[in-house]
Amino acid sequence: MNKYDVIVIGGGHAGCEAAAASSRFGASTVLVTHQAGTIGEMSCNPAIGGLGKGHLVREIDALDGLMGHVADAGGIQFRILNKSKGPAVQGPRAQVDRKLYKAAMQTAIASCENLSVLEGGVKDLILEAGRVIGVVLSDGEKLLTGAVVLTTGTFLRGLIHIGEQRIPAGRFGEQPSIALSDRLYDQSLTMGRLKTGTPPRLNGQTINWDELIEQPGDNPPVPFSSLTDKITNPQICCHITHTNSHTHDIIRENLDRAPIYSGQIESTGPRYCPSIEDKIVRFQDRTSHQIFLEPESLDNSVIYPNGISTSLPEDVQKAYVRSIKGLENAEILQPGYAIEYDFVDARELFPTLENRKLPGLFCAGQINGTTGYEEAAGQGLIAGINAALLASGLGSDQQSREFILSRTDAYLGVMIDDLVRNGISEPYRMFTSRAEYRLKLRCDNADIRLTPKGQMVGCMGSKRMIWFADHARKLQVAGDLLHSLTLSPSEAKKSGLKLNQDGRQRSAFELLSYPDITWANLAELWPQMNEIEETIQKIIDVDARYAVYLDRQERDIKNYNKEQALKIPRDFDFSAVGGLSNEITQKLEAYQPLTLGQARRIDGITPAALMILIAHIKKSTPERSVKV
Amino acid sequence: MVRSGPKPGLEGKMSVLNDTIFALASASGRAGVAVLRISGPKSESVIEQLSGSPVQPRQATLRLLRDPSSSDPIDRALLCWFPAPKSFTGEDIVEIHSHGSQAVVAKLLSVLASFDDFRLAEPGEFARRAFENGKMDLTSIEGLADLINAETQGQRRQALRQSEGALGKLYESWREHILTASALIEAMIDFSDEEDIIESVEVQVLEIVRELHGSITDHLESAGRRGEQMRDGFRMVIAGAPNVGKSSLLNVLAKREAAIVTSEPGTTRDIIEVHLIISGFPVLVMDTAGIRETTGAVEQEGIKRAFERLSDADLVLWLIDPQQSNEDTSILTSIGDALGPEQVWRILSKADLRENDPEDLPKEIDLAISSKTNEGISVLIEKIERLLGAQQGLQSSPLITRARHRIEVVAAQNALSTFMTGSFDEAELRAEDLRQAANALGRLTGRIDVEELLGKIFGEFCIGK
Repeated sequence: MNKYDVIVIGGGHAGCEAAAASSRFGASTVLVTHQAGTIGEMSCNPAIGGLGKGHLVREIDALDGLMGHVADAGGIQFRILNKSKGPAVQGPRAQVDRKLYKAAMQTAIASCENLSVLEGGVKDLILEAGRVIGVVLSDGEKLLTGAVVLTTGTFLRGLIHIGEQRIPAGRFGEQPSIALSDRLYDQSLTMGRLKTGTPPRLNGQTINWDELIEQPGDNPPVPFSSLTDKITNPQICCHITHTNSHTHDIIRENLDRAPIYSGQIESTGPRYCPSIEDKIVRFQDRTSHQIFLEPESLDNSVIYPNGISTSLPEDVQKAYVRSIKGLENAEILQPGYAIEYDFVDARELFPTLENRKLPGLFCAGQINGTTGYEEAAGQGLIAGINAALLASGLGSDQQSREFILSRTDAYLGVMIDDLVRNGISEPYRMFTSRAEYRLKLRCDNADIRLTPKGQMVGCMGSKRMIWFADHARKLQVAGDLLHSLTLSPSEAKKSGLKLNQDGRQRSAFELLSYPDITWANLAELWPQMNEIEETIQKIIDVDARYAVYLDRQERDIKNYNKEQALKIPRDFDFSAVGGLSNEITQKLEAYQPLTLGQARRIDGITPAALMILIAHIKKSTPERSVKV
Repeated sequence: MVRSGPKPGLEGKMSVLNDTIFALASASGRAGVAVLRISGPKSESVIEQLSGSPVQPRQATLRLLRDPSSSDPIDRALLCWFPAPKSFTGEDIVEIHSHGSQAVVAKLLSVLASFDDFRLAEPGEFARRAFENGKMDLTSIEGLADLINAETQGQRRQALRQSEGALGKLYESWREHILTASALIEAMIDFSDEEDIIESVEVQVLEIVRELHGSITDHLESAGRRGEQMRDGFRMVIAGAPNVGKSSLLNVLAKREAAIVTSEPGTTRDIIEVHLIISGFPVLVMDTAGIRETTGAVEQEGIKRAFERLSDADLVLWLIDPQQSNEDTSILTSIGDALGPEQVWRILSKADLRENDPEDLPKEIDLAISSKTNEGISVLIEKIERLLGAQQGLQSSPLITRARHRIEVVAAQNALSTFMTGSFDEAELRAEDLRQAANALGRLTGRIDVEELLGKIFGEFCIGK
């Protein structure tokens, strides 16, 4: 019987990151997938990044994950979104050639040491004393392991809806996983159904491009990965068109054939990514909706019309597509569809993404109720590292066997904290507004925030570590320089900078926080500032501009971390705490918070309950002093 | 009871356990004995610095205390030293039992503040340290809080009424407005790539914030003075032309009520202050220089000070001499305009010298008195009592009476001010301003994190208790 440290089930975005992270850690890892050829498949839109999501990609890259550099290899149009707003809320996004992306991902997976790929389905888990110790493949072969990472995407009892048609499938044309789902239900995991959708794919040759508005990318394109020097793919444009009242009429007339309105689909879809029929029902007064025509490849042969995902029958899809400007003769290559799939209640997961009810089983990606490649990849990465840590048996205590990012560290931390604490009621997507410490958690400083943490846990490649050492040194030198260059107000006046004439010396770093003083202004005074690399300049400049706010956030973060630091023992008996209402006791028992911070953020937990909890944790903790 | 609010500059220092903290543990104001409590690693050093030599632990020792910088004697006082961990906070504690003179207490506080790593305790900080050092658990602290607060029923009830009732609702409604504004800004940030975002969002948000900022400013202004009245006493100024009988009235009032005359040293033109207690309400009565056109430098200075006092008075008793009927009323009018006419009472003094019927008062006169015959004095005092009663009554409506409230409301106001002056090009910073404002209000209404909640609970304590 073959034995691996870590078994990853699924070869999508979560599965690839999980397998690669585990192998970087040095764990012998196998990635099990139905078809090796679909590894790195982009099943929905041909784009990576965006607002909030771009942050996730940068963070994945900072932890030496794959998504950033694979997207750079496949990217055919790069844009920084929110350019008109401040750097903390800017998000990199790229249109990606699906074939290039898939090829780059497969190359990346193939080049991972300790990682093998195995084609096949997984029909069962092997349990021993309540722990997952292996899997059974469809052909009956058994694999033993220290940890399993389950990244089934939409495959768990996947059911595609196209109009009245229902097709059991994980993706279009691929078999779903039924047996595995049954097994999870048997283990009394709390599970639910979610829905997501995808638009019809159009033949680019049949679109009348001349009539449409062109949307070019940034020039030069800015890559995701800190290790990518330059984007070498040719760059393309997207195009924009709109639905019209005729389109809306066609859809309205056929609503009874839409599974989400006919009652055929009962599960929840994402509010943030509504189908076109949903938009038309919910925003009745709108006569037009925007559609981005996104090429799925450099040759422009397949077009993804972003904004009209649907589960209407094929004939209706054809009719409404052709009512749209530029698409009058468009040929549908693959119809749009809605897909329902099983997900597990992420509240049953530890922040390591290990399932509380099935130790040894980690879940990542859509199975946890998220939507989006980036969200999936991020969870995959965290689950992969933690699975490898668990399987390795390294670390003398719980803490050193866990890799948990906090809300104050990363968007990854925000996402996982949101998931395991509150679960989801609709597919979860990242937004910058979910991050309380948004000004600190930026794309430009993702490396400095996270690479050291990755190094500590030991999941970084040598190329990354060499690059980072250099990067960190440059940042340090440049930061020191800006703090050491100082100027009195009268000197500033001579140079044309307006300051309070209070006689106080100000450093170049402080001066940068003035709205009307730029790096270029100061570089005239201190030419050595121009010798600093542009990427480093940018990080320091942003830190300086946000300084006042960052200082305040730093204080908030300290308070938050202090609260987080009050640990609740894993075996803490909430029912033994007197004075809590039954409802609250049940909630605490269900979620098993591990810190006071987690307990606080559980829905319905009152301040009074927390007070009682603190008192009891303190009593049950041997130390005399409890720092809250 | 007078509470000392946390000083804004000390915000966030609550958890710095290495500081040695001190505070007046007994009620402030005149008393036989005042107790100052000092807790922290450097407490013990106070004994030698103030009294020259060590004392036995847990034994009251009488010592002459001196200001170490000048060797000036301060007071003869009892010193008690409670070495850690057997003390209220679990840290080294020194208690100074001095005479309950405000001057002594002020001197001791200023000497203590001059020592390195010493600072004034924040409300409830002793209790908090007791909690953090494992000396008390929360339930017992809460019990203690109830016990302490039972002595001041009125304030306790008022605080409860405020935090659960009208004030809470008011703050919560503000918070909801902020959340609406936040939601709009966040939408602008997170969905900027969608065309569905309302174009007028900036205008809309700014309107919400402006309106809210206005409400908060009004609230602070109307509430600020009454909060002051509770803490520092109701400020009553006696004013009028020279020789109209101001000092005589002050003397009569001082004799009738519990009073301390605190005449400040200096020229005869200085302000004389008398603390009275009327209906259990602290009242600070100030006698001012006679107001008139003058060329004398000293007298001009006195008049300038008189105007300063008048401008922040809660009540002005403007005395009018019946024999000087052609008095210049322009000053009186301008004071009335500045403070509001109901805050200026026009009082005919020297009523005994009046020839006509005492009942027959000119229309513009509120009251006639005579400091000589005591005519009208009782009526005046009753009138003041009624006003004070009304003032106290007013405090149960949504007004700020607690320093903690004011600090948070001011924090919200400041964040909104920053918002209004900032640029929408930095939408993320504007969103942050709103978050700060919402958090500040959240700390008032109970939607707060545990750390802040603890601060709130411990803040219920009088300082030093």
